[in-house]
Amino acid sequence: MSSLATSRRTAERTATSPSQFRPAPSRRSRDNLTGWGFAAPFLAFFLIFLVWPLLYGFVMSLTGKSLTGANDSLIGLANYAEALADTAMWRSLGNTLYFTVISTVPLVIVALVMAALLNVGLPAQWLWRLSYFAPYLLASTVVSLFFTWMYNPQLGLINDSLSKIGLPKVAWLNDPNVAMWAIVIATLWWTVGFNFLLYLAAMQNIPHQHYEAASLDGAGAWRQFFSITLPQLAPTTVMIVLLQILASLKIFDQVYQMTAGGPSGSTRPVVQYIFETGFTGYRLGYSAAVSYIFFGLIVIVSVMQFVITRRRSA
Amino acid sequence: MATQTLTRPAPHTASAAKIRKPRRKITAGKAAVTAVAAFLAVLWLVPFAWATVTAFKSEADAAAPTVSWIPPSGFTADAFVKVFQDGNIPLWTWNSFYTSAAITAITLVISALVAYALSRIDFRGKKVLMTVIIASIIIPPPVLMIPLFYQMVALHMIDTAWAVILPQVIHPAMVFVLKKFFDQIPRELEEAAVMDGASRMRIFLQIILPLSRPILAAVAIFVFISAWNNFLWPFISTNDGSILTLPVGLQTIKSAYGIQYAQNMASALLAALPLILVFLFFQRQIIKGVATTGLAGT
Repeated sequence: MSSLATSRRTAERTATSPSQFRPAPSRRSRDNLTGWGFAAPFLAFFLIFLVWPLLYGFVMSLTGKSLTGANDSLIGLANYAEALADTAMWRSLGNTLYFTVISTVPLVIVALVMAALLNVGLPAQWLWRLSYFAPYLLASTVVSLFFTWMYNPQLGLINDSLSKIGLPKVAWLNDPNVAMWAIVIATLWWTVGFNFLLYLAAMQNIPHQHYEAASLDGAGAWRQFFSITLPQLAPTTVMIVLLQILASLKIFDQVYQMTAGGPSGSTRPVVQYIFETGFTGYRLGYSAAVSYIFFGLIVIVSVMQFVITRRRSA
Repeated sequence: MATQTLTRPAPHTASAAKIRKPRRKITAGKAAVTAVAAFLAVLWLVPFAWATVTAFKSEADAAAPTVSWIPPSGFTADAFVKVFQDGNIPLWTWNSFYTSAAITAITLVISALVAYALSRIDFRGKKVLMTVIIASIIIPPPVLMIPLFYQMVALHMIDTAWAVILPQVIHPAMVFVLKKFFDQIPRELEEAAVMDGASRMRIFLQIILPLSRPILAAVAIFVFISAWNNFLWPFISTNDGSILTLPVGLQTIKSAYGIQYAQNMASALLAALPLILVFLFFQRQIIKGVATTGLAGT
C-alpha cells in the first residue's frame, strides 16, 4: 500500500540522496505504463479513425482506385498531375476561396457589433443572446430549408419585401452572380452566433478598472470602445478571424443543400468536388488526390495562423 | 456594462457632477443601442417566424403567389399532423439523440483519460504524443471522408449506428482543453491521496473528475451540439431510412415532399425544436460551454 508513497517520496529525494536511487527507475517505468494506459483508449480511436484513413487516403491518391474496385495499382502522382490541370477542380477551389473571403468579413464584424451592443448592459440579456445565438443550434438542413423557402423567387419572403419597398426581385439561388452571396447571407445568419459568443466572453473579461479610469478622464462610450475594448480584443479578433477562415474553407453542407453547387457550378466548393468525384464519379483515387490538395491549402493557412499568433505572443 | 461601471465609482469619487454628465449621454446612447440591437434581433428571428407561420398554413395558402403573414383560410396544424403521421421525424430525432449521446459519452471518457495522462503523468513519449494530438487539430474531416468510407465498407459498418458514432469521437482540440484545465488543478490536492497509496485511476476518478465538472460539461455540450448537427459524415455513411439522423433525414424529406412548403417548414421546425428547448433550459451552461471550448480550442 505504502510502497507507492514511499517510492514517490524517495524519487523526489534522489537528487540529494544518491543512496536511495534505486526506487526511482521503477516508478518511472510504472509511470510509462500508466501513462500509455490512460492514453490507450483515445489512441486506439485516433489511430483507427484518423491516422489510418489519413495515410490510407494518401496511398489511395497514388492509385487509380475506383468505387467499383477496378484499378488498385500505384500510378504515382498521375492523379495530382491531372487535378492540377483540371479546370473544374480549380473552379471549385476558387469558389471555396471566394466564399471564405466574402463570408469572413461579415461573420467577424457582425459578431463584434452584436457583442458590443449587448456589452452595454441591456436588460433581458437572455432574450438578445437567444435571438442572436439560436440559429447556431440548428442543423444545416434546417437552415437550408428556411432559406430556400425565403429565397423562393415567386413565393419567397425576401423578394416580396424587396418589391414592397420598390426594389427589383432577385433570382437568389438561380443567378450565378448572386447565388454565392445568398449562401453567405444564410451562413451569416446561421453561424454568426458562435463568433458573437466568443466576442462577448472576451469583452466580459476586460477589467472594469480600464473603463472606470477612462470615464473619469471624460471618455465617452464611443471613445471607450475604440481605445479600450477594441485594442483589448485584438488577440480574440485574430483568433476569431483565423478560426473563421478555417471553418469557411470547409464549406459544403448549406451549398449542397441549397444550390447543389449550381447554378452552372458557380457555388460548388472543393469539398463537394471531392464528394462528387468520389461517390458519384466513383473515382476514389482521384478524389483522394483532390482531398490532399485541399488539405495542403488548409495546412498553409494553419501555418500562417501559427506564425501570426506566435509573433503576437512573442 | 458601461453604465454599471460609470455609476459604481460614485460614492468614492470627488464630484458627483462629473459622474452624472457622462451618464446622461449614455442613456441617450443606450436608446440607440437598444434600437440597433432590437433591429438585429428581429432580423435574426424573422426566419423562425416565417417558417412557423408557413408551417401553420394550409398547403394551398403556403403556395399562394401573395405572401401573407396571416393566411386567408386561417391557421391549421395539418402540416404537423401529416409530418407526424409520416413518423420519420420522431424516429430520426431518436437516432440523432442516441448517436450524439454515445459520441459525447465516448469522447468524454477517452479524452479525459488521455488529457489526465498528458497533464499529470510523466511517461516516455508524452511530448511526442502531445505534439501529434495538437497537430491533428488541423486535419479537416472532409479530407478523411473517402478513405473513411472505404474503411467502413471493409468493416461492414456502413448503414449501422457504429459508422455514425465511431469516427466522430476524436476531438483533439477537446483533449487540449481538458488538459489545460487539469493543469490548473493544484497538485497538493493529490498529494494526500498519493501518500495513502491511492492508484492513479482512483485519483483521477475521485479527485480530478469531480473538480472538473464545469469543463466536462462544457466539452460535453460542445461535442453534443456538433454531433447533433453534423451532416456530411452521417450522410455518407448511412442510406437506410431507419437509421438516418435528423439532418440527413430532413435532406431526404426535401426531395420527397417537393413543393409541400408547409410540410417542409413543419419538419424543419420539429427538427429545430429539441436543441432550442434544451438551450432555453440550460442557456447559461451552453453559452459558457461554447465560449470556453470555442476560445480554448485554438
